[in-house]
Amino acid sequence: MEHLFTNLAAAFTGWMITLGLSPVWADIILLLVKWIIIITIITLNIIVLIWLERKVSAFFQERLGPNRLGPFGIFQTIADAIKLLTKEDIVPSAADKLIFKTAPMFFIVVAVMLYTVIPLGQGMEVINLNIGLLFFISIGSLSTIALLMAGWGSDNKWSLMGAVRSVAQMISYEIPLAFSLLGVVMISGSLNLQDIVAAQDNLWFIILQPIAFITYFIAATAELNRGPFDMPEAEQELTGGAYTEYTGMRWALFFLAEYTNLVAVSALMATVFLGGWQGPWLPSWLWIIIKTYGVILVFFWVKWTFPRIRMDQLMSFSWKVLVPVSLGNILLTGAGIYFCKWMGWC
Amino acid sequence: MFEFSAFSLYDAAFLAIGGVTILGALGVVLFRNIIYSALSLVFTMLGVAAIYFQLNAGFLGAIQILVYAGAISVLIIFAVMLLMDKDARRTNLPTPRTKAWFAGGTITMMMLASIIAAVGFTEWPKTALQGVDNSVGMLAELMLGDYVIAFEAAAILLLVAVIGAIILAKGVENR
Repeated sequence: MEHLFTNLAAAFTGWMITLGLSPVWADIILLLVKWIIIITIITLNIIVLIWLERKVSAFFQERLGPNRLGPFGIFQTIADAIKLLTKEDIVPSAADKLIFKTAPMFFIVVAVMLYTVIPLGQGMEVINLNIGLLFFISIGSLSTIALLMAGWGSDNKWSLMGAVRSVAQMISYEIPLAFSLLGVVMISGSLNLQDIVAAQDNLWFIILQPIAFITYFIAATAELNRGPFDMPEAEQELTGGAYTEYTGMRWALFFLAEYTNLVAVSALMATVFLGGWQGPWLPSWLWIIIKTYGVILVFFWVKWTFPRIRMDQLMSFSWKVLVPVSLGNILLTGAGIYFCKWMGWC
Repeated sequence: MFEFSAFSLYDAAFLAIGGVTILGALGVVLFRNIIYSALSLVFTMLGVAAIYFQLNAGFLGAIQILVYAGAISVLIIFAVMLLMDKDARRTNLPTPRTKAWFAGGTITMMMLASIIAAVGFTEWPKTALQGVDNSVGMLAELMLGDYVIAFEAAAILLLVAVIGAIILAKGVENR
């Protein structure tokens, strides 16, 4: 079971080479197949995720949640998806049409690109990039542009307000986000995510880097625009922020991209802090799924427990609390590594 | 020069990336709507990052995306949106003054000449391609070892610039 997917990939490449393709082209086709599989999994997984979030939020608010279609209302999301697909596609007449239409596509492309470097199992990643962690952070920073495009293109004051808020928030929280991951990089001595997983052979980094885990979790919540930091959407004051003017499938693409980002960030947290695909008994690709879903449930838990905080509090929290704390964590980690080497323990 | 007989996938990828970069750069200059210009700038930055990736300088590429495409372009768009005129479609018009055309043309020609001279007169080592495995480590050794004073001086300079910008924007409180 452990090598099921790696063996399948090897067999597929071998089969293509017997068909007379050169190894380079076989690799390129394998890459395309990997992408298609990942996009399919993302799309199918969101159905489960939305149902799960609605059920979890219902549990927190002592409601039943979706319960009409199928057992435990599990077909509710599918019905919603069909509804969204058949809805009229409205483009506001004052909107900047090109920007309005490309914004959701840009957002989803950026979200899917995050999966390039995440190790989904032993030897299972799209590309084993040397600077995987940095690549993840830098690609993640691009989603601000998509939100800005959506906010600007809609030509609507709420959209623009939401976009401005999201950009201010995401640029501020990127700094503690990157800084909190630096502690892990210092200990493992590599930016390659497979190396980071291998470095957690004996001890998960959540134990060595608890402060980094907490600051990363908070910063990631803000980067994902999730509650309690969902200022860019803030239904009660902005009627939906950057997504206000979007309907039907275009809106659904934003929704899909948000969940895609959520899964990617959860998978990264599982990889960097929770030992990645390592675990006893079960195959590695099952472990990463279990751990990712564990982190996602914590994200749900936080969202449905805390009320939204004010914009100025949000910004001052990033600059006055998270940035100094994550900088202090780097200092502490450096001192710790130096001390460890001085004592001859590592 | 370019040999079509040895036209490989690598060259095709370079042509595609270079095409996107140049088109993006042209878009920055030629679009009449400054928001479009700013978004073209993002594509140019992404193209430059892709070229870095192709040259095996992944670290530089990722930093290029993080700093230029992800942060600086966004700040430019941000500033443009906040300072914008009513009609967005006529915000980046070519200047009507001939003097400006002459000045711009002269500077462009000088830049072009210096780039051509720099590329033409440099002796490029013609050894077999050898990818650097650990470019991050090498960069770290250079920046935090050999050139650490210049590196730190640049950091302090940037800090001073940031503080100066804040004081210019908010003014000094007289007590």
